Amino acid sequence: MSTEVLVSEKPADDTRKTAKKSVAIGQMAASVARSVIPPFMGLALFVLGWAILSHFRTELPSPLATWQAALVLFADPFYQNGPNDMGIGWNILYSLGRVGMGFGMAAALGIPLGFIIGRFAFVRDMFAPIISILRPVSPLAWLPIGLLVFKAAQPASIWVIFISAIWPIILNTAAGVSQVPQDYMNVARVLRLSEWKIFTKILLPATLPYLLTGIRLSIGVAWLVIVAAEMLTGGIGLGFWVWDEWNNLNVAHIIIAIFVVGLVGLLLEQGLILLTKMVSRGETTS
Amino acid sequence: MSEHSTHTPAYVEIGQVGMSFKTKKGTFEALRDVNLKISKGEFITLIGHSGCGKSTLLNLIAGLTLPSNGHVICNGREVAGPGPERAVVFQNHSLLPWLTCFENVYLAVERVFAATESKDQLKARTTAALQMVGLSHALHKYPNEISGGMKQRVGIARALSMEPQVLLLDEPFGALDALTRAHLQDELLTIVEKTKATVVMVTHDVDEAVLLSDRIVMMTNGPAATIGEVLTVDLAHPRDRMVLANDPHYHKLRASVLDFLYHKQKHPVSAA
Repeated sequence: MSTEVLVSEKPADDTRKTAKKSVAIGQMAASVARSVIPPFMGLALFVLGWAILSHFRTELPSPLATWQAALVLFADPFYQNGPNDMGIGWNILYSLGRVGMGFGMAAALGIPLGFIIGRFAFVRDMFAPIISILRPVSPLAWLPIGLLVFKAAQPASIWVIFISAIWPIILNTAAGVSQVPQDYMNVARVLRLSEWKIFTKILLPATLPYLLTGIRLSIGVAWLVIVAAEMLTGGIGLGFWVWDEWNNLNVAHIIIAIFVVGLVGLLLEQGLILLTKMVSRGETTS
Repeated sequence: MSEHSTHTPAYVEIGQVGMSFKTKKGTFEALRDVNLKISKGEFITLIGHSGCGKSTLLNLIAGLTLPSNGHVICNGREVAGPGPERAVVFQNHSLLPWLTCFENVYLAVERVFAATESKDQLKARTTAALQMVGLSHALHKYPNEISGGMKQRVGIARALSMEPQVLLLDEPFGALDALTRAHLQDELLTIVEKTKATVVMVTHDVDEAVLLSDRIVMMTNGPAATIGEVLTVDLAHPRDRMVLANDPHYHKLRASVLDFLYHKQKHPVSAA
């Protein structure tokens, strides 16, 4: 056993340690400053521009007025005054619910389909023309079909989410499968593993990072599309809320809605990035 | 052909094998008219300059690729595809990074013995295979947590655990430092003497070839490479590299391989 893993210990005297420590704290403060100051300045500049604009175009609410409206709105996010007047929290949850349903169905169908397309060239060639034609279509073009088939607004908007979320899942999964290193497939061939073992022991773990990228992209698209779909279909949700407040000419609420949509989208994205990191770390170490 | 193969019946027979690949510039003929008979329990090394098709020949025995001409027969049956009875140790170890050393070997053991043995027996086989290559302490480590030499040993353990009829090694120690390589060569010698496996190994290391083989198959330069000479290594077993270092016969054998590689095959055309 000539090749043991060596654990190196670093002896260091105390004075050097404390000196290092103070330097480290200074460096940390500097790096925090570097990462906090620029975004803060950017936001400040944005708010300043907005304030100046609202000063000249008075129909646009000022940052302060919007902030005050937001405080009122978020003071009671879960009130219910009938189906057309519910708190902002409900609107967010309803929109997320539709995204979840549409995305869930897209994942349930798209992930297996992606694996099959990536694994078998024949199936890939079979689906290639359909995917190439349908993928660039604006998701909202599918809304009338959904309304026609389901005869109701709620399933139609979920249908739109489904159809817009499925392409990134299929394509990324298939790309992941086709990029599994040939070495691993040769191992599978020499062992003559069953198709099920190849899937669980080689394809799935090797494809997981690609799959998660597909999920991230597709949830991003779904969140983009839901606001537009809800504007057209109505019901409870952020999209319809924006449309409703436009009819009420409550511009402050529209601006708040824009920020809420942006923040929720950001949180979804960051959450999924975190999940990807956890999975890819688990794969290499734990 | 050497004396060796005429005594005992051939276990692996390569007959009139040719291999061509289709490339963008037309067909590339890698191998032409390769004939070789390997006896059971023999240790064969394939040696030659890069691009001489020695890995191609190994892949043909493995069944990972099928020959354009001729036939490869193993244990009386024509090789039609890869299979666990012809285990391969790949050049770059090819361990699955999301499985531990134990799980990597277990995957192979399970495939070959699950039909006839209990789970406990399969686990015992896996542990034994890793113990044989000296990795009992690293059973539950992941490939990226161990050194290159250890990874290659897991690859060897995976191949041996299947109790293959033929063990195929594709430059298994090429990427390792000299000390680790020597250590693994010694280990391989011990294991092969214990298991009596039939081994075909691709190498470009002359010392490795002389130390390990019963016969050294020297290949001419490509394209259309074939077997140039076959050298029988009549050194007694078990072999000890320290003893061999002062053995004049060892040096004579070594010199004849070097002579083939650097004089006869220096210019691509002058095949013997």
